[in-house]
Amino acid sequence: MADALLRVDNLVRRFGGVIATDHVSLEVLRGELHAIIGPNGAGKTTLISQLTGHLVPQGGSIYLGGRDITALPAYRRSALGLARSFQITSLLLDFTAADNVALAAQAHDGHSFRFFRNARKEESLRNAALTALRRVGLGDRADVLVSRLSHGEQRELELAVALATRPQLLLLDEPMAGLGATESARMVKLLQELRKEVTIVLVEHDMEAVFALADRISVLVYGRVIASGAASEIRRNEEVKRAYLGDQHAVVRHD
Amino acid sequence: MKTSFNIQNAVAALVVAGLVLLPAYSVLSGNVFVLTLFTRIVILALAASSLNLIMGYGGMMSFGHAAYLGIGGYAVGILAAEGFGSGFIQFPVALAASALFAFVVGALSLRTRGVYFIMITLAFAQMAYYVASGLARYGGDDGLTIYKRSDFAGLINLSNRVQFYYLCLACLLGVIYLIWRIVNSRFGLVVQGLRSNEQRMQAIGFPATRYKLVCFVISGVLCGLAGALLANNTDFVSPAVMYWTRSGDLMVMVILGGMGSLFGPVVGAVVYLLLEELLSQVTEYWALIMGPLLLLIVLFGRGGIMGLLGRFSRG
Repeated sequence: MADALLRVDNLVRRFGGVIATDHVSLEVLRGELHAIIGPNGAGKTTLISQLTGHLVPQGGSIYLGGRDITALPAYRRSALGLARSFQITSLLLDFTAADNVALAAQAHDGHSFRFFRNARKEESLRNAALTALRRVGLGDRADVLVSRLSHGEQRELELAVALATRPQLLLLDEPMAGLGATESARMVKLLQELRKEVTIVLVEHDMEAVFALADRISVLVYGRVIASGAASEIRRNEEVKRAYLGDQHAVVRHD
Repeated sequence: MKTSFNIQNAVAALVVAGLVLLPAYSVLSGNVFVLTLFTRIVILALAASSLNLIMGYGGMMSFGHAAYLGIGGYAVGILAAEGFGSGFIQFPVALAASALFAFVVGALSLRTRGVYFIMITLAFAQMAYYVASGLARYGGDDGLTIYKRSDFAGLINLSNRVQFYYLCLACLLGVIYLIWRIVNSRFGLVVQGLRSNEQRMQAIGFPATRYKLVCFVISGVLCGLAGALLANNTDFVSPAVMYWTRSGDLMVMVILGGMGSLFGPVVGAVVYLLLEELLSQVTEYWALIMGPLLLLIVLFGRGGIMGLLGRFSRG
């Protein structure tokens, strides 16, 4: 397909005897929100980590916008427009919210071998940070230390950080993890907004959110993609129901 | 969190004022010894400050920082022995040699983490130690006497105690100013971000190793400066300045004063070396008293003396 922003070909990753990514192939089209679902231990985070370059695959290749990025380190992929959020919140806890986002903006504003000027007083970086913070609804929390933000706010900050790198492709690893119902709803609303601007790969357990958001869904079971297609197809797919959705009564109820 | 009065800053200002006025006291009271002692303290405070840059701000626990004291010192000593007495040659060579050593050590050791990083930096420092011991032409184990201090063409006379003291103090304050600028710069924020969460920094687009390596080299160069000054202070350089216990002393000064605090290492150096001096007058087993003292500060004053003061001022 010509319009695939991200293409994964036969990706393989083993941990000892366990095959966590078993010849995974998938395509993410430009502009879509592509969800990856699967039961616990299906290898979703392993897959994401290979996409972002934190984990080296043992076989297969990854293309971003037609360019082979399989061997590129994480920071180079970030420069090419790939951003991620972490499943377990992974922020700079001893920095303020604004600092976290400003650093992401700084990473994409030339090299940082600048030793003398006070970076916290650079208007362009601060403004970029504030803009991203406002996007996710954290405009008034800019100067709060991350360690003092609530869990929900930290999840939103994860998004703001990713946004500040001005990505073409956003990889979100369980952005709703640990969120309450109202916070989840806010996050869904936020993602509804973001998907208009950026291609998103969403790994998520919250089926309600996935079916509310996804254009297409790939289902991962035991490291393998057992189905991939439009959300409505996936919902009807017998194999998927058996492997996964059957246990998740929430979806059936929601149908 | 704006307080009109900040005890940490007050203590830092007091220490600096004390250091600036010290020669006046020394001259008026005729106490020469105190000036010699404090010249040493100021130089080692400079070395500790350089270590603080990578340890406190960069999260890189180098256990081989004394190597740069030796490299800076030997650069001065060897050049002096070979007839190059000019400080305009000796000091740049000292800094360049330190930079080169730091680059090599950093390039190899920054691939590792935690304990391994500590061990590799230690190993390199011990290597430098044994290389210096093997320099038969330059005194080997016995060390190398420097018969004439660095000559700055009449600009400043290093053999004059007061002038030399003020040179060292100016270097210390200059380096602290530099570190202050660095840690608030783009570069400094990246380095502190890497200390906090390297994976995150990579994910948002920073090539981690490159930034850490440059920070490591800057720190080495600054410590090399301390080494060049130290050799001038003692008119002598020997492998002993690179021994691992010396690296340990520097670490203790940093931790005692407060890691990641601008003036922490200065306070740490002053307290540590003064205590050493005072206790060693009382008993030769001074380390028996020093040890528990350090333990108390590490246990109850995370963030060192500066950290303790900070908590004090917040009540």
